Amino acid sequence: MFEYAPAPESRDIVDIRPSYGLFINGEWVEPQSEERHKTVNPATEEVLAEVAWAGEADVDRAVQAAAKAFPVWSALPGAERAKYLFRIARIIQERSRELAVLETLDNGKPIRESRDVDLPLVAAHFFYYAGWADKLAYAGFGPDPRPLGVAGQVIPWNFPLLMLAWKIAPALACGNTVVLKPAETTPLTALAFADICRQADLPPGVVNIVTGAGATGAALVNHPGVDKVAFTGSTEVGRLIARGLAGTRKKLTLELGGKAANIVFEDAPLDQAVEGIVNGIFFNQGHVCCAGSRLLVQESIADELLEALKRRLGTLRLGDPLDKNTDIGAINSAEQLAKIRELSEAGEAEGAERWSPPCPIPDRGYWFPPTVFTGVAQSHRIAREEIFGPVLSVLTFRTPAEAVEKANNTPYGLSAGVWTEKGSLMLWMASRLRAGVVWSNTFNRFDPASPFGGYKESGYGREGGRHGLEAYLAV
Amino acid sequence: MSERLAVRKTYKLFIGGAFPRSESGRSYVVTSSKGDFLANAARASRKDARDAVAAARKAFPGWSGATAYNRGQILYRIAEMLEGRRAQFVAEITAFGGVGAKQAGDMVDATVDRLVWYAGWSDKIGAVVGSANPVAGPYFNLSSPEPTGVVAVVAPQEGPLLGLVSVIAPVIVTGNTCVVIACERAPLPAITLAEVLATSDLPGGVVNILTGSPAEIAPWLAGHMDVNAVDLTGADPELAVTCEELAAENLKRVLRPPAGPVNWLADPGLERMTAFLETKTVWHPIGV
Repeated sequence: MFEYAPAPESRDIVDIRPSYGLFINGEWVEPQSEERHKTVNPATEEVLAEVAWAGEADVDRAVQAAAKAFPVWSALPGAERAKYLFRIARIIQERSRELAVLETLDNGKPIRESRDVDLPLVAAHFFYYAGWADKLAYAGFGPDPRPLGVAGQVIPWNFPLLMLAWKIAPALACGNTVVLKPAETTPLTALAFADICRQADLPPGVVNIVTGAGATGAALVNHPGVDKVAFTGSTEVGRLIARGLAGTRKKLTLELGGKAANIVFEDAPLDQAVEGIVNGIFFNQGHVCCAGSRLLVQESIADELLEALKRRLGTLRLGDPLDKNTDIGAINSAEQLAKIRELSEAGEAEGAERWSPPCPIPDRGYWFPPTVFTGVAQSHRIAREEIFGPVLSVLTFRTPAEAVEKANNTPYGLSAGVWTEKGSLMLWMASRLRAGVVWSNTFNRFDPASPFGGYKESGYGREGGRHGLEAYLAV
Repeated sequence: MSERLAVRKTYKLFIGGAFPRSESGRSYVVTSSKGDFLANAARASRKDARDAVAAARKAFPGWSGATAYNRGQILYRIAEMLEGRRAQFVAEITAFGGVGAKQAGDMVDATVDRLVWYAGWSDKIGAVVGSANPVAGPYFNLSSPEPTGVVAVVAPQEGPLLGLVSVIAPVIVTGNTCVVIACERAPLPAITLAEVLATSDLPGGVVNILTGSPAEIAPWLAGHMDVNAVDLTGADPELAVTCEELAAENLKRVLRPPAGPVNWLADPGLERMTAFLETKTVWHPIGV
């Protein structure tokens, strides 16, 4: 392994305020709730800022602002809404370096990922949906599809700004107004986005940002003034939301957990497959709902593949997320680290064999080394439960039918990967995998033009593409 | 000379292509709107509901794996068989009361036409709701619809034939299988429809029909972990809330009851099909 000198990205570009209020009706307002919490850099445990945890009265104020803005925003010609969204896309591009650093500071993901993946996709998503705003009549949802009203949106901490873009861009393009709650551990880029809305002269109340934790999210999705709920997060919370919305006319889309199978056949290009496996589970520290957390490898090549995989993992660099050479950043929170540890310990206790490359762990912050479990049985918790961390469970199969059986043997159905040089086998597998996204000879690719979302307990509705409009239209 | 005594039909359930009585041995009296005795219909139990789900699950791989052309032809075949029994349906609908022979005939005709309409969708819906996505990179990227799986359907409590077929056809034409709870007060056309289905080359288990109390049966289906979606069209508001809450347990797709009265003669649109379709997106790199 080559030695690299440290190459940290400068953090001077970001200007973090010591404390933040809520962004309601185009203004920063002081919350009525007195609860305030600190958001920390998970790589150093340094406090970055203090944010409010909005209470019911604050959420109510935000929903009212969005409701008031709705008639005006929805009545704007689509071409005008489009121009606001194009403006936002441009401002994001202009400020992308700042936003990437801010995301890495608050989330712990490597700067290489926030700079090269998250931010380009964020800008692209706004640019994509901007173009739909004046073309909705051609989208296949009738000649005059109408918006729903106020969208209450709750997003997770793994791709904070990207998930914001996935939620806000289509909502606004369709003529809805929004109240968005970022995750409690990663509020800073959403708060920076509030400033972008102001720079874009977005009319007050069209976008409102309320920070907080689960109680704030619950107040938002259950608010009677909300017409549409969009949630990305755990299946457990998704269930609660679905149950809570029973009997209402609120439209609901859910993007929930996953336990994707990444299936490697004996004829696959091995080096590419190894890169795909690494990208599938170690990208973003495995904090990815569609992560390829179950490697299904054909028995005949299992030893060879695992050897190559372990060799490759030995070259991954874990450490300072702001360092441009870093591959594996920090785990987002102490709570998440505890969950990853607990499931990994269960993996060992249930009899799977644990392996990690030699990997120095920084003294401060939340870290977990890339970890591979072999000898995993389908009944093991590490094969069934979403770990949401850099932990790969390896299982083997003999025939394509067995691979399908094992891949589908999960309540989830978000994504899957197939590695083979045989086109007919790839398509045969793709047609039988019960998953919303199938990556063949690649993994973890995203694009605003490509619909994303799950089967079964991975949720319902799609984000991205023409399909993503349906979630925000009365159809 | 005395008049010949008619041979009456026994109305049973339709599960897995067979016509069993309720395993519980229960039945209930079906009367006309005036209160005259029409028949004893089976009152499905929880065990019947579970058997029906198992039959629907068993039928799913074959039916969803059939070609769209094949499914379209079978739906068309259902229309043919239904047309042939026009008189029987008219008699059943008029016996229940409330409508004259002319109106009942119109309903049967509309039902046949509805089936023909949906039959044609089998190999077109994918072209209309699927897409080739222009992603910013060297990738082939294709989205196509796939059936959700096993769908539990609470049939409308009005429109015992047209309403019923209008909720079944969109579910099955795309490859789903279903368990349907018939209209409680007027279940007889549903069982006669089952006889049509049984003679239409429709594989057993694709449509399973239960008669009895929706309030009793629907929650069992809504809470069943091997059901993927529920269509609550015929559920009253209270039952719909109960079912939607139960459906959350495994995140079933839920089609809520319509907000107001439904005109079953109107153009149905795509909604009843797309409600029970998943979108699968497949990526593959492009290169040499």
